[in-house]
Amino acid sequence: MSEVAKKEIRVQPICSGTVIDHITAGQALNVLKILGITGTSWGIVSILINAPSSYGKKDVVKIEGRELVSSEVDKISLISPGATINIIRDYDVQEKNQVGIPSHVEGVVKCINPNCISNSNEPIESKFDVNTREGKIELRCGYCERVICENIADHLL
Amino acid sequence: MSFEHMHIISMKEFTRDMIDHVLEVAEEMEPIARSKSGSDLLKGKVLGVLFFEPSTRTRMSFEAAMMRLGGEVLSLGSVDASSVAKGETLADTIRVVAGYSNAIVLRHPMEGAARLASEFSTVPILNAGDGAGHHPTQTFLDLYTIKRESHLEGLKIALAGDLKYGRTVHSLCYALSFYGAEITLVSPPELSMPSEIIEDLKKKNIKVIEADSIEDAIQYVEVLYMTRIQKERFPDPAEYQKVANRLQITPEVLKNAKENLRIMHPLPRTNEITPRVDETPHASYFDQSFYGVPIRMALLCLVMGVFE
Ligand SMILES: [Zn+2]
Repeated sequence: MSEVAKKEIRVQPICSGTVIDHITAGQALNVLKILGITGTSWGIVSILINAPSSYGKKDVVKIEGRELVSSEVDKISLISPGATINIIRDYDVQEKNQVGIPSHVEGVVKCINPNCISNSNEPIESKFDVNTREGKIELRCGYCERVICENIADHLL
Repeated sequence: MSFEHMHIISMKEFTRDMIDHVLEVAEEMEPIARSKSGSDLLKGKVLGVLFFEPSTRTRMSFEAAMMRLGGEVLSLGSVDASSVAKGETLADTIRVVAGYSNAIVLRHPMEGAARLASEFSTVPILNAGDGAGHHPTQTFLDLYTIKRESHLEGLKIALAGDLKYGRTVHSLCYALSFYGAEITLVSPPELSMPSEIIEDLKKKNIKVIEADSIEDAIQYVEVLYMTRIQKERFPDPAEYQKVANRLQITPEVLKNAKENLRIMHPLPRTNEITPRVDETPHASYFDQSFYGVPIRMALLCLVMGVFE
């Protein structure tokens, strides 16, 4: 059996919806968390974890009947900057986009500094400047300037 | 160069030219501060003074600067008595006080408070310390003291004491990097300067020397900047005592000092400098605290648009 045929068995193509491909291996469950997909969600969701790819391992998430909004794509880019978003309509890839890494995010991440003013009851949203250092994402709080570079998924709002 | 309406939040927003300009204006203000005869440069202007934690010295220095220039001061008073105790947000307090005043000086225990205030204020915010964050007017007065009592360009300075948590020394190092400097660090290992800051300084071609004792550094430095070592940083009181004793400045420690050595300290001091040092020509910490007035006069005049 060819390599392509093997893949087909693992995950069925979807009719319409979104395929999030090239997710950093190990981050698929965090992607589901970002998208609010739980066991009780409506629709078919397929997940591949540690699938072989030309660059080692990757995760893939396929969601039937749903297209992502930009705030969701921003969050995914922070935990998996190499991911691609494929929008499928009628079994056809309509659009294929690399998630762009935004230079700035608001209301997406909670600051890790408990003494940061953004963690009090002020009428503001958290804001961070996004930088990449050696391929890793670094977030600098726009209020207290504390940097988050590890386990960003744990701090998503 | 116009500073009108500018918020003074962190030293990182200042270029060398801007810093130089503030120091020049402070020099013009110094005779007014020294003569104590007053001026009417800020007549009719009101400074809102919001201190959400006590810092008597900083507050008095701002108030003295404002009053000497003929301006008025509107103070929050004690925090428990104000609406803050009733749970009002900082954003609301700022919007209200901005309506009463021409500028607001803010001291707050949380990091980022001044940045937040600047987003809600229609008048300039002067950050007088936000938690472990920034305290730019302290850095300006340190630079001004160095300029007046020693020299800024290519300074040989030793920083001693708590270099880990001491935000004023981090900010001072950053500012001194504009002028080229040779910085000697003296601290117990548990309070040493964070390595990111040292790396940053080295990238800016600043020579950084880590010395074991003040005695080693004292022979070649022109400024010795002492900081407070807080007892709370040490779980073991005996360990604190040991460190405090080892870093204490006495006339004996100064035996081999250069004649032009100046000693600075942000005050209040505890035991870092014995009172016997006060009488030596090296003591500059009381001048330093006085210089807080002309430097704050300069910043107030600049952000209120009295000077370009
Ligand atoms: Zn923060």
